[in-house]
Amino acid sequence: MDDNKIRQYGDELYEAWLGRSTVQPLLLREPEITIDDAYKIQLRMVERRVQAGEKIVGKKIGVTSKPVQDFLGVYQPDFGQLTSGMVYQEGEDIDLGKLIQPKAEAELAFVLKEDLIGPGITAMDVIRATDYVSPCFEIVDSRITDWKIKIQDTVADNASCGVYVIGKTRGDPRKLDITLAGMVLEKNGELFSTSAGAAVQGSPANAVAWLANTLGSLGIPFRAGEVILSGSQSALIPVVDGDELVCTVGGLGSCRVKFSGRSAV
Amino acid sequence: MSLDLTLSREDIVRLCERVEGAQRRAYAIPKLTDEYPAMTIADGYAVQAELRRRYLASGSRLVGWKAGLTSKAKMQQMGVHVPSIGFLMDDMWRPENSAIKTSDMVHPRVECEVAFVTNKTLKGPNCTRQDVLDATDYVLPAVEIIDSRFSGFKFDLPSVVADNGSSARYVAGGRARYPADIDLRTLGVVMEKNGEIIAMGASAAVLGHPAEAIAMLVNILTEQGEELAAGSFVMSGGITEAIPVKPGDSIVARFQELGSVSMRFVE
Repeated sequence: MDDNKIRQYGDELYEAWLGRSTVQPLLLREPEITIDDAYKIQLRMVERRVQAGEKIVGKKIGVTSKPVQDFLGVYQPDFGQLTSGMVYQEGEDIDLGKLIQPKAEAELAFVLKEDLIGPGITAMDVIRATDYVSPCFEIVDSRITDWKIKIQDTVADNASCGVYVIGKTRGDPRKLDITLAGMVLEKNGELFSTSAGAAVQGSPANAVAWLANTLGSLGIPFRAGEVILSGSQSALIPVVDGDELVCTVGGLGSCRVKFSGRSAV
Repeated sequence: MSLDLTLSREDIVRLCERVEGAQRRAYAIPKLTDEYPAMTIADGYAVQAELRRRYLASGSRLVGWKAGLTSKAKMQQMGVHVPSIGFLMDDMWRPENSAIKTSDMVHPRVECEVAFVTNKTLKGPNCTRQDVLDATDYVLPAVEIIDSRFSGFKFDLPSVVADNGSSARYVAGGRARYPADIDLRTLGVVMEKNGEIIAMGASAAVLGHPAEAIAMLVNILTEQGEELAAGSFVMSGGITEAIPVKPGDSIVARFQELGSVSMRFVE
């Protein structure tokens, strides 16, 4: 795919994000598009956000669970970039009015205290370089009509990033079993689903190692202080005005989030 | 739950013999309600009580009990709002890391559970989660091997209760813990078959908290004029879905804070 087209699709996705509208799947229009092309489109989309005043604050890892990989027919994760405009503090309501067709996912977030520059990064390096982990919610959203995504569509659309909130509680991965830690998700006071850290690539640390190596090979920096959303440990949770979600990671604590307003779709 | 008995004493003994034959000689039978469509849950427990009497008479020792149908999804599927219970005998126990024969079962499946060992008598009605925790000596990880004796694992609640809640074998091990030292609600569990992750969950999947299932089990026992003796081993219900196993399969159940339980299956 030539640079003009990459620019054109990156701009189109940025405009869709800005206007809270959707576009037809890219793969329908460009059947030859590769995952590499899709990352270049993503970089352009994110570049537009940075030009408009946002900062890159971290990364998200997607397509980490077996059901989602089976659904997309892709047996590796993908990543997107987190920007300063996506951040909510725990306790703030999440405004659905700023989103298009949001769904929530419960995850474990990592914050690094050292740079992780791949290739050659292992899960052991990830634990060594981690400052702390926290329970979090990622509110994914899609600029692709009706979420009709293939892997190229979601990668181009910044891995379907919406907004996110990190729980205030922090844990040390040397004191917490991040692989076996239970994930209990409640919606409006009722149990919604349960899972464990191993749902993410066998362990969330494996997903972060994959990210460090992938970013390294693409020449994208991965610095101390960045936030990493390591991948969903729950199914996609539909949310509407008034909903409240709580996710609790065994041995760590909870992240609580409330939603208000109406999304575009 | 209907407490009305519809079966005569003769019918109960007849159905019990049918279930016992299927359990001891490992063959599948049609669900009991095919022949007795009016059969109630109380009838099912009457058959189970007769089955227990026969096992005890043949020399088995009652080790404890198990709760079944403890997830919301399973209860909704069966149209009930209480779990079912079944008894556990010493000869159903298999040691950790042992080779378990499948030829004496019909179609075995495995599920991960948190097990409790008690040190005080527990009695209902109105037994609570806290009562259970106060009467718990320790908790430990367990794998239950269930084996419905009904063709195609197809049954209704009266039939499965009569079949002792599909109980077949159980393995417990890992690491014993005081319940006060861990958060029993958020324990993560990962089940691996032949080295591959096949099921995951957290202990809240069992009625919001596994001790809740034990409390309900005690209340059901009380309705039947029984109590839960001190020293009982009690399994609180599957956290993960039941996974079929066959000879050659190796299972490892890994529990947050409780270690792991392993076993393998042979012909």
